[in-house]
Amino acid sequence: MASKYINVNLKVWRQKNANTKGKMETYKLDTVSTDSSFLEMMDQLNEQLINERQEPIAFDHDCREGICGMCSLYINGRAHGPDNAVTTCQLHMRKFDDGATIYIEPWRSKAFPVIKDLVVDRSAFDRIQQAGGFVSVNTSGNTIDANATPIPKADADKAFEAAACIGCGACVASCKNSSAMLFVGAKVSQYALLPQGKVEATNRVLNMVRQMEEEGFGNCTNTGACEVECPKGISLENIARMNREFMKAMITAE
Amino acid sequence: MSKLDSKIPEGHISQKWTDYKDHLKLVAPNNRPKIDIIVVGTGLAGSSAAASLGEMGYNVKAFCFQDSPRRAHSIAAQGGINAAKNYQNDGDSIFRLFYDTIKGGDYRAREANVHRLAEVSGNIIDQCVAQGVPFAREYGGLLDNRSFGGTQVQRTFYAAGQTGQQLLLGAYSALSRQIGLGRVKMYNRHEMLDIVKIDGKARGIIARNLVTGEIERHAAHAVVIASGGYGNVYFLSTNAMGSNVTAAWKIHKQGAFFANPCYVQIHPTCIPVHGTNQAKLTLMSESLRNSGRIWVPKKKEDAEAVRAGKLNPAEIAEDDRDYYLERKYPSFGNLAPRDISSRAAKEVCDEGRGIESNDTNEGVFLDFSSEIQNKGKQAAYAKGNHNPTPEEITALGKQWLKEKYGNLFTMYQKITDENPYETPMKIYPAVHYTMGGVWVDYNLQSSIPGCFVTGEANFSDHGANRLGASALMQGLADGYFVLPYTISNYLADEIRTGKISTDAPEFNEAETRVKELIATFIGNNGVKSVDYFHKKLGLIMWNKVGMGRNEKGLNEAIAELAELKAEFNKDVYVPGSADELNPQLEKALRVADLIELGQLMAMDALQRNESCGGHFREEYQDAEGETLRDDKNFSFVSAWEHKGENINDEVLHKEELKYEFIKIAARNYK
Ligand code: SF4
Ligand code: FES
Repeated sequence: MASKYINVNLKVWRQKNANTKGKMETYKLDTVSTDSSFLEMMDQLNEQLINERQEPIAFDHDCREGICGMCSLYINGRAHGPDNAVTTCQLHMRKFDDGATIYIEPWRSKAFPVIKDLVVDRSAFDRIQQAGGFVSVNTSGNTIDANATPIPKADADKAFEAAACIGCGACVASCKNSSAMLFVGAKVSQYALLPQGKVEATNRVLNMVRQMEEEGFGNCTNTGACEVECPKGISLENIARMNREFMKAMITAE
Repeated sequence: MSKLDSKIPEGHISQKWTDYKDHLKLVAPNNRPKIDIIVVGTGLAGSSAAASLGEMGYNVKAFCFQDSPRRAHSIAAQGGINAAKNYQNDGDSIFRLFYDTIKGGDYRAREANVHRLAEVSGNIIDQCVAQGVPFAREYGGLLDNRSFGGTQVQRTFYAAGQTGQQLLLGAYSALSRQIGLGRVKMYNRHEMLDIVKIDGKARGIIARNLVTGEIERHAAHAVVIASGGYGNVYFLSTNAMGSNVTAAWKIHKQGAFFANPCYVQIHPTCIPVHGTNQAKLTLMSESLRNSGRIWVPKKKEDAEAVRAGKLNPAEIAEDDRDYYLERKYPSFGNLAPRDISSRAAKEVCDEGRGIESNDTNEGVFLDFSSEIQNKGKQAAYAKGNHNPTPEEITALGKQWLKEKYGNLFTMYQKITDENPYETPMKIYPAVHYTMGGVWVDYNLQSSIPGCFVTGEANFSDHGANRLGASALMQGLADGYFVLPYTISNYLADEIRTGKISTDAPEFNEAETRVKELIATFIGNNGVKSVDYFHKKLGLIMWNKVGMGRNEKGLNEAIAELAELKAEFNKDVYVPGSADELNPQLEKALRVADLIELGQLMAMDALQRNESCGGHFREEYQDAEGETLRDDKNFSFVSAWEHKGENINDEVLHKEELKYEFIKIAARNYK
């Protein structure tokens, strides 16, 4: 890997906590390796701030390999930044030019209030899952043998693709309505495609959609921005499938 | 021996668990809601335990430091999960999985625990499928399997390269259901900072609300620690940034013995280090070794030219390549176990044949070109094309790779900016997993009554080296199928205890300890960042308590770590305050514990005068550089007892390992 170094200007959202107003602050950071990930660049900036005895910038992150869904930055007007199909932690500085100005903001949505700086509260997603994102099977050593119910490969593969959602919230952040339909659609689809999920299909979709509305996420107007920004390539098909499931459920529920 | 009663039941190995389970005490359903249980950590071991205990009707409180239980680092496991299902009819059985795991662990694990793990492995797959976990399937609709290092059967179940994610989301869905039903109360963004003992029993924890900084008391009749491993002691590892040893270390300081801290797994296939600002390393799933061949140039000059960018590896002739794993271990080849493969990579790089152009030149090739040819031909034939052109073969071969490993290849390309379909991947070993951990008995109970430890946080099942696809198995076995039984046996004596009050003086004491510690960091006004010390710690550990260890280096490490600890306490600077979200404070508290743990790891490595699994003492190797175990003197689990602030006062207890059912032998993969 041939390293190069660049200098960048950073405009970063700073906000002390949920109750204070935030604003953009400017920082200059030199000699950033182009092999660094975006978050390694943020580490470098924080190191610089600490050495200058300023308060470092709070941001969420954990796995740093694009799978936990914890990182969440809105970079130059795009959720997870300029590269496609990656999370912020997988974005690399080689995507930026020397001297570039980079705007870094938190996810913005009523349902994701800012906790501090770039950290937001995404517990609404947990509550949607708690409302119905499961199969009601208790732990026991006596469930039927895993191979007792064959599942067509195509269904299993599609269920997997939907289940690959990492719950990051980029779909919400990039939607002008702050809709969570891609996230919820993916969960509903995963179960709708599998025989194990069919039994509770009606209640699941109704409960999850109700919770989604209570959390204050907006409506879906099919702009498709979510699919474009989703780091895991979750397809809009899942929203369509959820809508079908929902219609079916409304009919049977009545 | 009195201090280390492993409580292994009598009887034949295949009957122990069944008989034992049948005689464990139970808690009646009407009594369970009177019992509170705390679960710390929500990875596979924690989520599965919290969900199962909630389903049984206990009152559960679960804690994780992340913003959601679904983020726990089990999510990043790529390759798969083992189970002795024998769906492939290749002669697999519970005994074979048991045997492979004991042998893979270099005869340093407990027979009874490992057999139980193999016994429940099949149930795990059934349970996960019932939950809607979308495992990979064959065209006939049945579950697909692959092989992993250290085995000669196909028993690994997987979901593309995201098996950990799918299993964790399964456990998270079960946990979410219990949270929704009100049987589990979830505390996100909370970190356990101490355990509270009353009359010698675990009765609660002190936790910090990471958003408000508030120090909270939580009481319970039992505490389950499922907080994962301590690979981050090396600073650079494949662990998540937040992974830490704090929960495990705090209970150690309150009386739980810490076992085999020196057993660390260095994973052979990670992306090499790129530079000094690097914060973490990324694993490339071991499953790639099913298809990739590992090599370095035979000649040092070629390696130099590759590093300098003057020689394209594809132009190096077959005869000038050293497929060193195939050469040294013909029967397992590229699928040799992790510890062996890692050491072999270090060896060829130490010889100057590493191919990565970083500070240390450390890297080897993982080459898919042969597989592209093989699979391309097969695919052409399968399509009825018996005379494929080389171009057709290559295209079909790449297509096959893409289907099998597409996401891994994309990840590699994003990180390195190189295309692994065209040029071989570069890989190098990195710290990945820790076999050591809190000492537990057969019930998964630590030496503190009422404090149970599950998953990677305990030491129990992998001996000195873990086989691939066994971590997920152990986490879920512990949480779904072992702990619910054994903890109930303990709790059966607690049904008359009544609510535990957080007003007890012991809660005061523990809370004061925590608050004082935080105050010292915040008021320290030092000059260097936490990361400065963490990186220093990592370097000492990697260089002297890493892949190769020797007496001199270990003694140096012990001295350097003591100095580092003093310097850290004096000079660390933690900005911000204690009563707000303060990631630097969180890190400081974790690094403080990691430094102490590092000291114990070096001490443990120093006393173990043998080489076994992930613990390679350079003094103990045979003429061919293979590990030399000393079964006569070291067939024991080292369990360290904390004795006050000076780490050198820790006392070593030895739990003798008895092999009744497996004949102990040299571990041979040739
Ligand atoms: S659907 Fe995509 S963008 Fe939305 S939460 Fe899931 S992974 Fe993130
Ligand atoms: S930090 Fe885990 S997805 Fe980015």
